[in-house]
Amino acid sequence: MSKQYETVIGLEIHVELATKTKIFCSCSTEFGGKPNTHTCPVCTGMPGSLPVLNKQVVEYAIAVGLATNCEITQYCKFDRKNYFYPDNPQNYQISQLYLPICRNGGIEIDTPSGKKTIGIREIHMEEDAGKLIHDEWEECSLVDFNRSGVPLIEIVSKPDMRSAEEVIAYVDKLRLIIQYLGASDCKLQEGSMRVDVNLSVRELGSKEFGTRTEMKNLNSYKAIARAIEAEKNRQIELLEEGKEVIQETRRWDDNKETSYSMRSKEDAHDYRYFPEPDLVPIVISDEWIENIRKRQPELREEKLKRYKEQFNIPDYDAKILTSSKKIADIFEATTAICNKPKKVSNWLMGETMRLMKEEGIEAEELSFSPENLAKLIELVEEGAINNSVAKEVFEIIFKEDIDPKKYVEEKGLKIVKDEGLLIKTIKEVIEENPKSVEDYRGGKKKAIGFLVGQTMKKMKGKADPSMINKILKELL
Amino acid sequence: MSQVISDELMEYIANLAKLELSEKEKEQAKKDMERMLSYIDKLNELDTEGIEPLSHIFSVNNVFREDVVTNGDDSENILSNAPERKDEAFKVPKTVE
Repeated sequence: MSKQYETVIGLEIHVELATKTKIFCSCSTEFGGKPNTHTCPVCTGMPGSLPVLNKQVVEYAIAVGLATNCEITQYCKFDRKNYFYPDNPQNYQISQLYLPICRNGGIEIDTPSGKKTIGIREIHMEEDAGKLIHDEWEECSLVDFNRSGVPLIEIVSKPDMRSAEEVIAYVDKLRLIIQYLGASDCKLQEGSMRVDVNLSVRELGSKEFGTRTEMKNLNSYKAIARAIEAEKNRQIELLEEGKEVIQETRRWDDNKETSYSMRSKEDAHDYRYFPEPDLVPIVISDEWIENIRKRQPELREEKLKRYKEQFNIPDYDAKILTSSKKIADIFEATTAICNKPKKVSNWLMGETMRLMKEEGIEAEELSFSPENLAKLIELVEEGAINNSVAKEVFEIIFKEDIDPKKYVEEKGLKIVKDEGLLIKTIKEVIEENPKSVEDYRGGKKKAIGFLVGQTMKKMKGKADPSMINKILKELL
Repeated sequence: MSQVISDELMEYIANLAKLELSEKEKEQAKKDMERMLSYIDKLNELDTEGIEPLSHIFSVNNVFREDVVTNGDDSENILSNAPERKDEAFKVPKTVE
């Protein structure tokens, strides 16, 4: 490749808001109900039905706008976007084109070459479509409208990103902001956060943008990174061969690590937007904005700073603890009970993350209670159980959220403090392992480890290793 | 002044609206649209300099609902509107992605 190319990326991110009801009707937004059980005439587009806007949607949109440094459009409206598709019962989607609720914002990301601001062109409110299921037995598709009318915000960035790393830094930052606000759980895998990548390439130094494509179906950070790499290469190859990039929507197939053109939607680009006549304008007063601003919860950056100051924990720990709102919540709640921030941090960063990886679960799915983690920490601190027993007990807390005090009691896992019994056991161990004893006496100090282990085994793990060590040294 | 709707434009609009029109219907629709456009031309004679576009004729703003679930499972009623139904879903011709 003789020429140097630059990749230009902008993102459109759809986020499902965490409201209890849909955007224009009082149907539940709950995930996983039987098909069409959360539907009504409004969200199935029946003639004569009238949409009424959910106030919480506006509040969440404003909250996200404020947290991403946007201007709030104080007079805003909805528009109709017209297209035909079976998942869209009205034959239009209610969205915002002319006066989106938030405009001209941006967030700062960390890059290897320092801080960089990624601009946000706009955030608008809209409704989600239904879900199409392709029937396995018949040549037909089935429509479930439970998701139809679930509120979304679409966050449109400026074309400010230049690499997959910058894209992921931006998405991750945005995800954390929205999670901390409680506006959405932002799960890429489940589709409550959907990232569409607009990408073009141009010769380095060029001021003009190249022709861009839009990539859909990116369900993980890995898929985003791979798709960016593949699409960049595909476009550069076309240009190198003297061909043109066609402006189109492409669908990423993560298993095949390739994308293909979604030609079926090519003829649907004329959406003939017009003002939505069924919904009156929204007027957002200064007071309303200020009220929402006052109620904004502590965001990650602030938490990060506070953790270091208030709890005196290292920067590294604070970053990991705040990398998910759920983990930060558990950290704070547990620390509030036991007042041992560093110990809580160790359990979360060590065993919790290890088990999460092992079980393949996300932070949001953690189900153990701060009370039980705090009790476990206290048991260790009191010297009632040793570390290896604590790890075993934690695994059960992690999976079943049991009360460790009761559990330790019932299973008899407490450290045996009976020194007589311990001495007796150690004497047995010394008797049974003359070789190790000899080694130790002969100067191989490491041999004591084996003897401690044997004693621990006989005590079924319920002894304090430092005590065994001490007695062993005395006896040898 | 009357505007002329070309055959191509007529075809395009019908396609967007997913309508299949006969030659006779196309001619009629062209005439109807031309009449509508000339009416818009009439409106364009007015001086609207400095007047904000109006999308609603009522001076009503901020009609909201509280975020409370009040709709239950009405799927049988809803599905009774389906032209075709399979199990608990609306049945439609197979869509390809």
